[in-house]
Formats: sequence, structure tokens, C-alpha cells
Amino acid sequence: MASKVKKYQLKLPSSTNHLELIREFVTNIARGVGFDDEKINQIELAVDEACTNVVKHAYQGDDRQPLDVMVQTDAKKFKIIISDKGRGFSPKKIKTPDMKKYLSEMRVGGLGIYLMQTLMDEVDFKMEPGKKNQVQLVKYIPQ
Amino acid sequence: MGGFEIALMENNEIVTLHLKGFLDAHTAPDLESELQKCISEEKYKVIVNFQELGYISSAGLGVFMGFIEEIRKNGGDIKLTNMSSKIFRVFDLLGFPALYEIFRTEEEAVQKFT
Repeated sequence: MASKVKKYQLKLPSSTNHLELIREFVTNIARGVGFDDEKINQIELAVDEACTNVVKHAYQGDDRQPLDVMVQTDAKKFKIIISDKGRGFSPKKIKTPDMKKYLSEMRVGGLGIYLMQTLMDEVDFKMEPGKKNQVQLVKYIPQ
Repeated sequence: MGGFEIALMENNEIVTLHLKGFLDAHTAPDLESELQKCISEEKYKVIVNFQELGYISSAGLGVFMGFIEEIRKNGGDIKLTNMSSKIFRVFDLLGFPALYEIFRTEEEAVQKFT
């Protein structure tokens, strides 16, 4: 029997002002699914980093563009899909930062994707710049 | 809504910033301007107390990266104290303990400065 899929959606303008609300939205659902605090904190940070990237990079600070956060859960996966219509990027060009070099050069910013990949079980990018860009973050639900 | 607050205290050349609430891309500019103020007033001995901070993202960590070089060049430092395990984990994930001194209490950080 196929497991039941539940969907939750939040549509907001692309302002960093809404990050707190987005974090609350996602962590409340994650708590309901039964994740422990450590996993909830990881999901919270990964989603924040993805949404911050949309505001800062996809929309370059324009805070009136569409930002959609959808959460889909089934018995095995907790999936968050973050969509925007801004400038995309080429996921293949994103390199995992060399943290030692990074820290020694004291660079600012650009850690978001590294964090998403470290914190989540699956991270996937689908890019159609100007039409629809999506970041999918997945955390496996403990069985 | 939790928001973000900074309480500032000065004692013998040492400036202590107490952070409260959420430090993310929205609130990071507030901390940036406080640290900028320290530098323009030539106060280079800075302690940041995280006791009441509930959340930090990479935008928050980036603020410290942006000022540490100039502060150290002037003989000062940014020392970090009173982190919850939630906050420390984010710093640790990005290798920050190799770059910043992190203390359990504010008093330990003050002693290191004097």
C-alpha cells in the first residue's frame, strides 16, 4: 500500500523579514513528524540557508518576488521544496569549499550550499532561470 | 516572533555584546553595524556573549568573518562565550573553533584579554 503523502505550503514575498516565519513553519511540521531536536535544528538551518540564497542571489535583494516553501511528507521522507522565479545558477559549477582554505582566507558568505549538503540527506537543484528554480531538501524520517 | 537584540557593555577597553533572539540574514546587519561602531571608535577588544541567542545561520557567522581581520590587525580580538550546544554545533560545522577562541564564560574571556 502506498504511504500517505501530506503537503503543506507557504507562499511569501522574498524578504529576509520572513525567514523567522519560514523557520517556524518548517520546524513545526518536522516536530509533528517526530524528528528529535538535533534533526529539527538541521532542517531549520538548511531551509533558512536555501531561502536566504533565493533572496540574496536569485532575486539579488528584491524583496517583493515570489518565494514558495512546500513541505511534503510520507512515511520515509521529509521533503522541502523551495521555489523561486529569479536568476538560477549552475549546480555543476558549485564546488564544495575547501574549509581550511576558506577559513584561512576569512571569506565572507557563500557557505549556504555547503551547509545544506552537510545537514540534509539529499539536496537537489532544478534550474530554469526566470521561470522556476527549485531546491529540494530531504531528511529521512527515522523508521 | 523573537526578533534580535544586542545589549552593549563597556568595561576597561573591553566591549561586550550580549546577543538575544535570532541571528539570520535579516538581523545580521544590526550586529554588523555594532561591530563597525566598535572599530570606528577604536575599540578592538570585543567579547560576544551568546547566552540568550536561540538561533544562528551562516549569515550570522559571516559577520564575525567580516571584522576579525581588521580587529586583530589592531591588536584586538573577538572572543566568543556562553554558546548553547545548538549554536556551537553551527560554528563547529564550519570549522570556526580553529579561528576563534570560544569560552564557557564571559569571565574567562575577560581574563584572556587582561
